[in-house]
Amino acid sequence: MVRLKGGNMKTILVALKIFLFFTVLTGMAYPLLITGIAQIAFPFRANGSVISRRNQPIGCELIGQEFDSDRYFSSRPSAVSYNPLPSGGSNFGLTSFKLQTLVADRKRKFIEFNRLDPNIVIPSEMVFASASGLDPHISPRAAMMQVERVSAARRLTPAQKQDLLKEIERLIEKPQYLVFGKEKINVLLLNLKLDEIK
Amino acid sequence: MEAADLVQIVLFIALITGLTPVLGLYMFKVFTGKPHILLAGFAWMEKSVYRFTRVDPDEETSWKEYTFGLLVFNLIGILFLFLIQICQLWLPLNPAKLPGVTWHSAFNTAVSFVTNTNWQGYAGETTMSYFVQLIGLTVQNFVSAATGIAVILAVVRGISRKTTHKIGNFWVDLTRSTLYVLLPLSVLLAVLLAGQGVVQNFKSYETIHTLQGQTQVIPMGPAASQIAIKQLGTNGGGFFNANSAHPFENPTPFSNFLQIFAIFLIPASLTYMYGKMVGSARQGWTIFTVMMILFLAGLSVSLLTEYSTNPAFGNLHFMEGKETRFGISGSVLFSVVTTDASCGAVNAMHDSLSPLSGMIAMINILVGEVIFGGVGAGLYGMIVFIILTVFIAGLMVGRTPEYLGKKIEAFEVRMAITANLVTSFAILVFTAWAVVSSYGLAGLNNAGPHGFSEIFYAYASAAGNNGSAFAGLNANTIFYNLTLGVTMLIGRFGVIIPVLAIAGSLARKNITPPSSGTFRTDNWLFITLLVGVILIIGGLTYFPALSFGPVVEHLLMKAGVAF
Repeated sequence: MVRLKGGNMKTILVALKIFLFFTVLTGMAYPLLITGIAQIAFPFRANGSVISRRNQPIGCELIGQEFDSDRYFSSRPSAVSYNPLPSGGSNFGLTSFKLQTLVADRKRKFIEFNRLDPNIVIPSEMVFASASGLDPHISPRAAMMQVERVSAARRLTPAQKQDLLKEIERLIEKPQYLVFGKEKINVLLLNLKLDEIK
Repeated sequence: MEAADLVQIVLFIALITGLTPVLGLYMFKVFTGKPHILLAGFAWMEKSVYRFTRVDPDEETSWKEYTFGLLVFNLIGILFLFLIQICQLWLPLNPAKLPGVTWHSAFNTAVSFVTNTNWQGYAGETTMSYFVQLIGLTVQNFVSAATGIAVILAVVRGISRKTTHKIGNFWVDLTRSTLYVLLPLSVLLAVLLAGQGVVQNFKSYETIHTLQGQTQVIPMGPAASQIAIKQLGTNGGGFFNANSAHPFENPTPFSNFLQIFAIFLIPASLTYMYGKMVGSARQGWTIFTVMMILFLAGLSVSLLTEYSTNPAFGNLHFMEGKETRFGISGSVLFSVVTTDASCGAVNAMHDSLSPLSGMIAMINILVGEVIFGGVGAGLYGMIVFIILTVFIAGLMVGRTPEYLGKKIEAFEVRMAITANLVTSFAILVFTAWAVVSSYGLAGLNNAGPHGFSEIFYAYASAAGNNGSAFAGLNANTIFYNLTLGVTMLIGRFGVIIPVLAIAGSLARKNITPPSSGTFRTDNWLFITLLVGVILIIGGLTYFPALSFGPVVEHLLMKAGVAF
């Protein structure tokens, strides 16, 4: 490249100035604008959808929690045990021996834990770990399979069990705007309701 | 697979096809200096940029000056991003008190975001302060995408002008791309995403006492603003480690749809803009059709394999590394789109895709990220393939190859081949190095052919400036951070420089008016040829490597073998 030194210096100066301009515009002004709009229009969502019980933050609606007690509905398996720092999946390939062992193990445990028929087909999400490790949802079928066990552990009366079934029905999220996604249920919201019942 | 799954896919294709001429026409107006809708509101800002930088917007430059400006601007970006990562502990907006990033990871990440790759060897929520995410990463999300648009604009001018050495003004292209295209679309998308539940705040991490009495520390931050441009600019660098699988980054099935849509929107529309700028919308639609055919082919194979079964798992669907709210279709569609378009955001862990779906993701990247491709980058990559196609067609019929009236001669073909070879070279040589070295193999999360795939995918992703990963590979080591960083630089500038050289060379040539003997580049024959050339070049170069990885893994999986 044959060019005068002065021309090169000018280019570098322009590059520096324009870099500064874009840093201010897209790195400061733009995020602040979005923060302003989001904080005014959707404060609950923008601040992490935090749910409180008795004035204590008890969870984020969108972030799953670990439930291994028989008194609660179980969440999906998680590669990070629902610890969000940091999020992530197992990253096992399908020919991974470890994954195949884990899946067989989870299948057996889910059946034993919930006292199910050993030949029953378990919903896939209950034996495979999620991508984020924080998946808050399970399928309605996976929730229904746990009703008996949870009711027994909490010694729910038949009336309370009916309430629970009604709550499940109410908490099932239909496909969003009719077309996006499948029916699902938020485990944290379900377990919060469960605590209210008994 | 159910009808509802198809509805989402059909809706996606219809929206992209329908909006291509709309946004394409708008961009045509923006970049040819015609009056457009945002001029009234933002022209003052554009003018003030030129006043501040003392750039004369009407002064155009040769391809060499254009390239020099581009390289200097990107180099400044790399240096600045490197420095603020190293120093983040002493900088503001670091409520989690995250320490400085290691030098090799900082180098990798700086290169990664400047080259529009957004490969991430680190986990966002435990590594990067809000300051770095905003002032460093968000800024590069914008300007690296704008750089891609600038390059394609230079190429279009090279094709549509004659006997000149001027191919445009890099600063003007950069400014207009950001002000009139990327920024307004990002504001729109960011607000929509925040409404769905993507966080946007400057709070400290929230400590939660869970129902079972455990402690859970929930990361926060200004995520929505970054995620919008991450998708629209085909960047792909997640705010959080799990990227678009994280519930705070992609909270609902609808936000998922929006994010997939945002990836293809600009690259698809650029084909229409291209057609308008070279004087024939049909030329643009021809390219669009080629991209759509390759996209649909990949999507079909990927869906078929993800809905099939594996003897080891009986009749279970593969939900490993997938989120319930997206399901299999929502995850597969995302994986195909993100690898087609050089985005690299993920909403499912590609490492846990079935072998053939993983292979489709690899092929999408390996053919050069031209299936819609990165913002600008996809289209200029496609022009490289078009040059090769008219060259091959010219050889077959014994005529001097031409494209849109421009003679394609030795120099253009040499540059096109260079652009293709440097990336292949980087991918294959570095993969070979990694698989025979102990430090390369140390990063593996899976054994057997899948382990090979993890390494191969990493270099393919880096060279294609994609940024997605078979993320089991622990690449946050000196070896991987450095070699992947170099691969990203080669994959970006090893293509941009030859492409701009082609633009400069074409601009100098005269335009031959079309005659009856002109080889047409806007009909089905050409579409077939172009698809063929893309597949043959990608196929022949990488077929052996793909056989070692996903192909053999698929066969072994069907035979019930595990590692």
